[in-house]
Order: sequence, then C-alpha cells, then structure tokens
Amino acid sequence: MSGQTLYDKLWMDHLVEERDDGTSLIYIDRHLLHEVTSPQAFEGLRLAGRNLWRRDSNLAVPDHNVPTDLTERQGGIEGIVDATSQLQVQTLEDNCVDFNVKQIPINDERQGIVHVVGPEQGATLPGMTIVCGDSHTSTHGALGSLAHGIGTSEVEHVLATQCLVQTKMKNMRIDIFGSLQAGVTAKDVALAVIGQIGTAGGSGYAIEFAGQVVRSLSMEGRMTLCNMSIEAGARMGMIAVDSITIDYVRGRPYAPKGELWERAVKSWKKLCSDNDAIFEREIRIDGASIEPQVTWGTSPEMVLPIVGRLPSPEDATDSTKKEAIRRALEYMDLAPGTPVSDIPVDRVFIGSCTNSRIEDLRQAAQIIKGRNIAASVKQALVVPGSGIVKTQAEAEGLDKIFLAAGMEWRAPGCSMCLGMNSDTLGDGEHCASTSNRNFEGRQGFGGRTHLVSPAMAAAAAVTGYFTDVREFLGSDSI
Amino acid sequence: MRSFEVEIGIVAPMDRANVDTDLIIPKQFLKAIGRSGFGAYLFDSIRYMDEGQPGQDCTGRPLNKEFPLNQIRYKNASILLARENFGCGSSREHAPWALEDFGFRCIIAPSFADIFYNNCFKNGLLPVVLSSEVVETLFQKMYAEEGFRLVIDLENEIVKSIDGVTEIPFEVDSFRRKCLLEGLDEIDLTLKSKDRIREYEDLKKQNSPWLFQSNT
Ligand code: SF4
Repeated sequence: MSGQTLYDKLWMDHLVEERDDGTSLIYIDRHLLHEVTSPQAFEGLRLAGRNLWRRDSNLAVPDHNVPTDLTERQGGIEGIVDATSQLQVQTLEDNCVDFNVKQIPINDERQGIVHVVGPEQGATLPGMTIVCGDSHTSTHGALGSLAHGIGTSEVEHVLATQCLVQTKMKNMRIDIFGSLQAGVTAKDVALAVIGQIGTAGGSGYAIEFAGQVVRSLSMEGRMTLCNMSIEAGARMGMIAVDSITIDYVRGRPYAPKGELWERAVKSWKKLCSDNDAIFEREIRIDGASIEPQVTWGTSPEMVLPIVGRLPSPEDATDSTKKEAIRRALEYMDLAPGTPVSDIPVDRVFIGSCTNSRIEDLRQAAQIIKGRNIAASVKQALVVPGSGIVKTQAEAEGLDKIFLAAGMEWRAPGCSMCLGMNSDTLGDGEHCASTSNRNFEGRQGFGGRTHLVSPAMAAAAAVTGYFTDVREFLGSDSI
Repeated sequence: MRSFEVEIGIVAPMDRANVDTDLIIPKQFLKAIGRSGFGAYLFDSIRYMDEGQPGQDCTGRPLNKEFPLNQIRYKNASILLARENFGCGSSREHAPWALEDFGFRCIIAPSFADIFYNNCFKNGLLPVVLSSEVVETLFQKMYAEEGFRLVIDLENEIVKSIDGVTEIPFEVDSFRRKCLLEGLDEIDLTLKSKDRIREYEDLKKQNSPWLFQSNT
C-alpha cells in the first residue's frame, strides 16, 4: 500500500463516519466567524430551536464592514457611518452574546481580518480542521491544517453539529523548486502558479505546496501562497509542518502550553506527506523562472510578468478564451500589446488577508522608504491585517515611513479588498492592489484591479506606473 | 429546503467563462442580514446601468438592454446556461440565494467552482455539469429558437429536449441527489449520528487534548 499525503492524513484523522453513499462526516476543530456570512446561520439555528454543539470551537471577529478610517473607527460600532454595515457588525455582536460565542470586538487590539487573526492568536493550529464562511480560509493550510471556506448553510451545520458532510478531494502537489530571484515574493509565486494552471486548475483537488522555495518561505509567505489556492480553483492549499511552523505557533495565546505543548509538537511533526504518497496531479515550477507578476485582466489567471506585454484576443485558440480576453481588455480599458509597465496607477492598496501581515508591510516599507508617491497617484492605503500587526509595525516605525511617503495608515480590516466599507475605487480607476481578486467591480463599481505583491505595489506608488521592483533593490534584497 | 424533481423551463444564457460570485451578486448586497430578496440584484452590475444599493427599489432603474435577462425572450427563464468555472471566487451563499430568488432552479455549465456547486444544493438549486461540446450545442439551439425550453429530470439524471427526443445524461452524487429530491434538512441527517460524533470527540480528547482547550 502506498503512503499517505498530508491531506489524506488530515482527512483520516477527522473522519467521524463514512456513509454508503460515498460521503463522509468530517469533524471540525475550529470554526471562525465574521459578520457577513453568519447572520443567516444564527437565524437558522433560532428558527429551528437548535443550539451550538460545541461553543469553545467558535471564534468570531468583525472584519469585512469595519471602517478603517482612524477617526470613524474610534466610535466603535455606534460610530460606523453606513447604517447597513453598522447593523451587520452589531448583529454579529448580538449573536455572539445570545449564543455565548467568543468574539474579538471591533476595537480590541486583537481584531483584524479573520485569516490574519486565527494564526496570530494560535486559534489556528497544525493538524486542525478549520472552516469559516469565507473562501480564503485556505490561508490557514499554511500551518499544516485542513482549512477551507464554506457557505452559510454549512456555517449553520457546523454550529449545530461540529461536522460537515464532505466527499474527499483528489491530491495535487505543486513543487516549487530552486530559489526565488531577489524581489520575487510568495505573492508572485501564487500568481505565477495561477497563471500556469488557471483559475479552475485546482478544482476538485486539495493542493499541497512543496519544494525548496516553499520550505524557505516564512509563515507569512506561506499564508500568502495558501490564501490564493482558492484563486487556482482549489478549496484548500496546505504546507507540511516544519520547524518554521512550530516556531511560529509557540507562545501564541491559544497555543497549548507546557506538557501539552510537547505532546502537540510531537504529533505535529508527523504532518507531512509520506515519500511514497501518490498525487493524482503534480506540477513542478522552477522558482528562479518566476518574475514579479502583475494581473492585467479581470481574472487572477490573466497575469503577466512585469516585463510582459498584454495579449490580444487573436492569441487565444478557442472562442470562449478569445471573448474573455476581448471583454477583459475592454473592461480594463487597455489595448493589446501594451507593455505592463505602461499601465498607469490611480490608487494603491496594501492590505487584505493575502498581504497585510508584518512581513508584507516591511517589504512595502523597504521600497517606499525615503521616496514619495507619484503626484498622479490619488491615494495609497496601507491597511494592517490586525491590531497586533498595526502595533508591531508602529513599533518598527513603518507607519512613519508610509506617512512620510504620502500614504495613508489605517485601522485593520478587509477594506479595499472588496470595498464593503467606504474604501473603494472610483469608476474607471486602476489600482495596484495586494489583494487576491481582480474581478469586475470587486474594489468598487467600474474599478480596475491589478494584483501585485506589496513590494510591487510600493514601487507602483512611487512611479505611478507598474514598475519592476528589481530596479529599486539595493544590496539588501527582499 | 425546497425539493427538486423535474423542472421544465425556459433557458437563458450567461455566455462567458469564469462568472464569479462578485458578478452574480455584488458585495454591497452582502450587508443584508436576511436570506431573501436578493433576486432583484442578481447580476446587478451588468443588468442595470447604474450602481445598485441594498434595499433599493429596482423598478425605475435604467436597464442594460443588451443583457439577456432583460430581454423579453428570456422572461421567466428558470434554467441558466453558462460556461466554464461558473461561480468562482467568494464562498458567499448569497449567490445561489440570488439565483434562486430570481427564479432559477437549474444551472447548466461545463464546470462549476467547488464551493458554489456545493452551496447550490443547500438551496434547492441544481447545478448540472455537461461537456463543453454539449453546452455549446445547447447555446446554439437556444440562440436559434426563441422560447427554447428544456426538461431537467433529477430523479433519472437526464436533461431532455422538450419533445423528449434528445436525452442527455448527467451525474450528481447520490447524497446530494437524495437531499434535493426530498428537500431534506442536512442538519437533521447529521444529528442522527450524534452518538458517533460524541465517541469521536471522547477519543480525540484523550489523544489530542489541546484541541479542546477553552478559549482564553
Ligand atoms: S481581506 Fe478580502 S479576501 Fe480576505 S477575507 Fe477580507 S474581503 Fe475576503
């Protein structure tokens, strides 16, 4: 019998019951909640007269709707100007009180984007199954856990039963070997992978990221990579546990302590794929071949290296792809053949669950330090992923660097990643964004999003155009 | 949940690949705390010429006349014909809520994004996967014939032409099929295994006690 993949191990470890119809009941260790996808689930419980199966598995935090403007934010929930946003954040608080769920409130220092908060608090641990009503739950797989997004009906299902009915995915390994060039980050790796396999390439698979490049990434970088698994069509992405994982988890508030810690570490060390494990699909990418990436269209697979030129509909072979390129160019108001570095930038957004951790902010600060944002750039927002990240960045003086360059320093939240609060793009504006989705209207009605790494976003802020960050690098590379 | 057996309905097109859930229902409508009323805002950013707001009355809004769902020939459509990777992006269940509330009961596409596919079944909406070639043929037939209808038979897992001459088989896993056919409540089904869940927990508490620490 062949060995098991990391995914196989995590699956087996959480298998409650296999049913004749091919589905399985999978136990959920950690359930994270936020204000957007939970209200209808709590309402469902109320209507059915059901209670929580296990209260202490749940952790809630408001993030999507919270204002990031420092003044508006000071007012707490009552201070939220948009009445519908306010009601949603208030509803989360009320539901958490009613059902006795632990909530990190809006102005608690630990508040932040749910996918930043979970690992930061140690609420995300290796070997866990973790779900949240949010597709970027794949982020948590970076810690060697089985983590994926669910819909609101499943949020209700987990609240009521602590389980989900699942069918097993196939295994895919993406091996990124060698090493990265200076100036190339986990975000570029994620975008390059999506460019190669497409936004549906991972559909039906659980992805394991492996290889020397992945092993060398920090936990922040690993989270960026797993975060974007969903953009490659996979519900989950994961990385085997190693000493970097364990060092990251040690001492976090929810992490086990003392003798329990020792026991936990012992079991976590087994969280990797066996040498003879079988993957239905394997992809190998040479890390050194990856250049800084910029998306040009309205799907994350519409991505190019910074040195590239925009495609023409004629380049595609089938009619659906031709039409997709034509439509994307039209929406983005860009002409075929344009060099990526000729695309102007109106706004810059550094933040989101993809790139708002301390390392991301350091990388951006390193580029922007001593420079100013271009006169043509209307706004450059820096939104830390959590209050803890914010405090840390301020302790390192990063906020001062951003402010001196003409950028804005904000309170934590999802912000312009999806613009549910007032941080949005204007109609027709191009944005260099460190977020994860460049869909039509995602960051604001008519807005045009280009996904990049934090360093590339900072470089674009300086010149007002997409710019190869490698031109900015001194001897101390990123 | 509303059950699904056979649907006979008009077919409307969503003729582009990678339709994401932001397109199906833009984020401003996600601020609602209820489950209903999303149909008026389905495909809002391409259906209307202006930017919609939650709670807005849509009757007087300027329509995008090019958009199929605004055209008389697709009025009352209940089957949506779509392209590859339909429903990609965010996990928002508001997407199937909006489709269902609008009046759709079935979506046919060559492929769906995983989470969206799963969410459909929880809301009485049937996603049917057919090959790209078959979908292409259906698109052509639909464009050629005004009022083009199809029969979707879940029990027998076939899509039929209205005259019954053409039959195209499709597959749905048996659990989902049963839940949808009978409109079953999945939570009730899972709770039938509650003793198994307790046993699992008891064992886990011994082997991995750190997973059961109380919140700080
Ligand atoms: S930062 Fe963006 S992608 Fe991440 S959870 Fe928030 S809205 Fe979703």
